[in-house]
Amino acid sequence: MVEKFDAIVIGAGPSGNAATYTLAKQGLKVLQLERGEYAGAKNVQGGIMYAHELEKIIPDFRDDCPTERHIIEQRIWLLGDDNYIGTNYRSEAYNSDTPNRYTIIRANIDKWFAEKIRAVGGLQICETTVTELIRDPSGKVIGVRTDREGGEIHADVVIMADGVNALLARRSGYQKEAAPENVALAVKEILFIDPELIQQRFGIKDDEGVVIEIMGKVTKGMVGTAFLYTNKESLTIGIGCLVSDFKKGDCPPYKMLEDLKNHPVIKPLIEGAEMKEYCAHLIPEGGFKAIPQLYGDGWMVVGDAAHFNNAAHREGSNLAMASGRMAAETVIELKAAGKDFSAGNLAGYKAKLDESFIIKDLKKYRELPGIMHSNKQFFGAYPDEITQAAHNWFTVDSVDKRTKEKAIMKSFVKRRSVFGLVGDAIKLVRAMR
Amino acid sequence: MNMMVKIEEKLYQNRYIVDENRPHITIKDEAHCAACTSKACTVCCPAGCYSTNEAGGVTLATDGCLECGTCRVICQDSGNIEWNYPRGGYGISYKFG
Repeated sequence: MVEKFDAIVIGAGPSGNAATYTLAKQGLKVLQLERGEYAGAKNVQGGIMYAHELEKIIPDFRDDCPTERHIIEQRIWLLGDDNYIGTNYRSEAYNSDTPNRYTIIRANIDKWFAEKIRAVGGLQICETTVTELIRDPSGKVIGVRTDREGGEIHADVVIMADGVNALLARRSGYQKEAAPENVALAVKEILFIDPELIQQRFGIKDDEGVVIEIMGKVTKGMVGTAFLYTNKESLTIGIGCLVSDFKKGDCPPYKMLEDLKNHPVIKPLIEGAEMKEYCAHLIPEGGFKAIPQLYGDGWMVVGDAAHFNNAAHREGSNLAMASGRMAAETVIELKAAGKDFSAGNLAGYKAKLDESFIIKDLKKYRELPGIMHSNKQFFGAYPDEITQAAHNWFTVDSVDKRTKEKAIMKSFVKRRSVFGLVGDAIKLVRAMR
Repeated sequence: MNMMVKIEEKLYQNRYIVDENRPHITIKDEAHCAACTSKACTVCCPAGCYSTNEAGGVTLATDGCLECGTCRVICQDSGNIEWNYPRGGYGISYKFG
């Protein structure tokens, strides 16, 4: 006999965990399937975790959640060939009892979440790959087929939280393959190092943390960003660019990462650290316009699989957790009202998303991915010009300041023309508005 | 800075549970790869799974695969890459992620 659940959740990342926990806590019979050896084995995140969305799901998460450092300082650096210009924001107010952002090690969080799910009665089964959705003759999803023997399992509703590759939704015809310009490939390493060195080099104490978001010449003119985050006893360093740009270029991603690690500004920060893991993952970067169909008869899609990522603000896991929670709440409400899980009823999930920061923020930046993709000067010419201008301005060499100003302006105009500069400013305003 | 980066040294740090003789990604038609002028897979794959071979084609070795999906995305127009997840429990197993 085929076993039947109220809901099946595919994947044990932030979105799937949020959905499973929310459903199980309300007493629904929920099965979560994860293909990895354990929860987190297939997951990759920078990673910064935003407290607010996790707090909504597990209010007392700080009691035992294995976070790394709470972030008290955010740096944004623009790297030139051998220099950088940047801004830092640091505040003692971030040393509160309820910090807003933490650095995390993804696998630790997912294992912790798995225990929380078990504690509320959710069933998480690992080492199980879902191979396809099972649909009845009308096309309604009624379960999943897995690669285990007798691996057919039924449910009233299936929530796909299987990540950016979204194989199940794509194979079922619910969404198209990701366009190369709508996904970034990011590679990163975790570097273990004496915590005292982290404190000295970043000017922090105890569990205080610093994160650095990086743009500039390290992406070799491609649309992309890099980062360096402080964990308790390690640093994570990574870089990612649009797949469409990697495809056109001749630089392998691991070479780009190695060049970042050897950049004269970065190297002293990571010197002496020992690399313990190398990861790669795709990131949804297409924004609002790349969001696929989100629900249908008997199914919903959440998190990265739904392309929920705010590239402009480097937010992803909070959108994942929020969408997972909203999908679960939709199921709980329908069940309580004795309604079925037809597409018409599951439209309530979309309504929740539309009302939330997820869709509102993605809509706000809907033009940004396209503008970045077709205006490479933001990743090539500008980092060059800005860092050179800073170098010129801060070098004291008896050249009068007006002459310096003129030289800087001339250099910008030569590179982009007056119309180009004005046009770029308008484009940026339009993209960020 | 122009230095060789050995991807093998990076992958050596990772934990893999290899599904012997059951590659989860396969090239459908080798002739298509031989005729492909860009062979972008040999540049883009973050694990260096794709390499140009002596016959002018592309050799795929999936043991170091990080399951990111990049190859499937870049080669989607040809549809020449059959891309599946490994069987449950197999493949890359991130300790930290």
